[in-house]
Amino acid sequence: MSFLWKIIFRNILRNRRRSLMTGSAVAAGAMAMLLFGGYVGYIFAGLETGSVQQNGHLTVFHKGYFLFGPGNPAGYGIDHYQDVMGLIAGDPVLKPMINVLTPTQSLVGIAGNFSGSVDASKTFLGEGFIPSDRDRMGQWDEFHTGSTKAPEPGMSDADLSRGLVGFGLARMLGLCGPLKLASCPPMPAAQEVASARAGSTVNKDLVNLAQQDNGGRAATTPAVPQLDLLAATAGGTPNVVSLAVAGVERQGVRELDDNFIAMNLGLAQQLVYGRGEHKATGIVLQLKRSEDMPAARAQLAELFKQHGLDLEIKDFGDLNPFYGQVVKMFSGIFLFIAMVMGMIVLFAVVNTMTMNVMERTNEIGTTRAMGVRPGGIRLQFVSEGMLIGVLGTAFGTLVAVVIALSINHAGLTWIPPGNANPVPLRVDMFGKPGLLVGTWITLVLVATFAALIPANRAARLSVVDALRHV
Amino acid sequence: MIATLQRAASAKPAPSADSARVAVHLSQVAKTYRAGAIEVPALKAVNLEVPYHRFSTLIGASGSGKTTLLNLIGCIDTPTSGILEVCSQDVTVLDADEIADFRARNIGFIFQSFSLVPVLTAYENVEYPLLLVGVPAGERRKRTLEMLAAVGLVDQAEQRPNELSGGQKQRVAIARALVKRPQIVLADEPTANLDSATGAAILRLMRQVQTESRTTFIFASHDPQLISHADEIFTIRDGEIVEHRTGALQ
Repeated sequence: MSFLWKIIFRNILRNRRRSLMTGSAVAAGAMAMLLFGGYVGYIFAGLETGSVQQNGHLTVFHKGYFLFGPGNPAGYGIDHYQDVMGLIAGDPVLKPMINVLTPTQSLVGIAGNFSGSVDASKTFLGEGFIPSDRDRMGQWDEFHTGSTKAPEPGMSDADLSRGLVGFGLARMLGLCGPLKLASCPPMPAAQEVASARAGSTVNKDLVNLAQQDNGGRAATTPAVPQLDLLAATAGGTPNVVSLAVAGVERQGVRELDDNFIAMNLGLAQQLVYGRGEHKATGIVLQLKRSEDMPAARAQLAELFKQHGLDLEIKDFGDLNPFYGQVVKMFSGIFLFIAMVMGMIVLFAVVNTMTMNVMERTNEIGTTRAMGVRPGGIRLQFVSEGMLIGVLGTAFGTLVAVVIALSINHAGLTWIPPGNANPVPLRVDMFGKPGLLVGTWITLVLVATFAALIPANRAARLSVVDALRHV
Repeated sequence: MIATLQRAASAKPAPSADSARVAVHLSQVAKTYRAGAIEVPALKAVNLEVPYHRFSTLIGASGSGKTTLLNLIGCIDTPTSGILEVCSQDVTVLDADEIADFRARNIGFIFQSFSLVPVLTAYENVEYPLLLVGVPAGERRKRTLEMLAAVGLVDQAEQRPNELSGGQKQRVAIARALVKRPQIVLADEPTANLDSATGAAILRLMRQVQTESRTTFIFASHDPQLISHADEIFTIRDGEIVEHRTGALQ
């Protein structure tokens, strides 16, 4: 150990209690930043995982769909989407990046339940997909969040007629009883009458269309509840299909939960395109690694340009603004906490080092008289502050690791905003070298900078005045 | 990092005609302190020449200006006006780093209150000045142990100042001042905080070391014992040198 560090280390030990208190403030800062940073990191990873499981990393749309298409999904379908998918799947750059490549069909329409005594209808937002592809997408967990999605219940590639509805939509269409849903009140009789009266014309038309679509079969109450779905085809004519409701999929956002219907891609295409050419509103790419997203996006753009395809590419952040908002909000909170902790460390170190300078003024005078330069005095006190910063941050990191491991192994869960199901509660600070390095650099720099203020004062002391100090 | 503390002393030689024969040369040196709007003259146009290799004493009443004069000679304070040459160097032209380097190489201090670095052992306190002038490790160890042996503290080498008696502390301070073989050793009331027996022993030790090393010692003191050992005695009164006598060796 060099002579200077020997002096520094012994001076830290000389005022054990004071050094301990200051080191504890630094440790608390490190702990708060690491644990909250780890928690925020896990929230980001969880949100990204949920978004990627649902929407993939990138989605290819017909140009203009993102701005205008949702109001007219049929008009913005991708022509020959299977050829486009073949083109993407066969690209040597994209191929190794892709985990799942699958088409989707969005649609809007009216859903009606006219079985038994129920006579209710409701507008819906529909999504058609290939169930097995969606199941594979649900297993994506690059960040090891532990929140993989269970396969879609009751849906299969083979049975086109089966689908899922949002919990709110099920309630409004009187499906609580048939689906045996807990905490789902049955539709009141008065509301049934009013509903029947108010929507009688539309409902009669819908029933007639449904009966035509079913080949004139009489409406009976089947074992699996049925909904009749009405939508306008690409040609502008109304079309109706029947959906066997296999279950409920709760959505985290009430508006979506009250309107959501998931169905097989084939059924969605049948409803939107009838007997015409089946298109898809989107081609979803789920990549193996999120970090490939910019490269994949660039390659897709190049591919479409080469082949003259009028398509646009959106990532999950574009499709889900909530993700960006949450990231910004938590980043802001993290920054605020980091600043507060930085200020606490700053004042603690300034206070301690100022007291150290005052107590050692005579010693400063002695060593300056012996021939230590002003810069040597400054270096000694700055190094002392830095060492307190390093030791405090090291201790804080150690405690943060223990707490993080305890939380991660406690099996805690929570329901994030926008989610319907609980996910594991974790602190993800181990896979975040940026967080660790950033915390260390920030706190050690703050401690060093804080020490610089009293160190400069010590360096500028007059030797005579310092020697006179009692 | 200690390297930043270690460097050779710089020198800007500007000796006066006959300064080579004297360790300290002051010509019309004045020092005035400011206390708010009031100016307090501590030294008034002092002319002084302290020869090399002598045991010199500044004597005078409290407030006469002897500590101020010692501080100027020790280059830890600057004169308001006049010429101040120490070891043939006009020290008034040196900047803060240069003056620190000059002190590190040429001047040793012995303080009334010992002023040892409390976190260092006796050995490390003595070794410290050698680090400042970049003496290699082997040579450093040899000279430190020799110096501790000279002051009779080899057995206390690993003890911290708070484990030493007043006399032992002052012995460490003497060793620390002499270990780098400075041109001048300055001591401000070195026996004031010691009992008479210990003070006498310390005085004998300093005289012995001075004789052996032929170092220039300059004291500020009231101690009659010390004055009786002095080769040169300068009396200072109200900021002026009023008398110069030769002492013991004359």
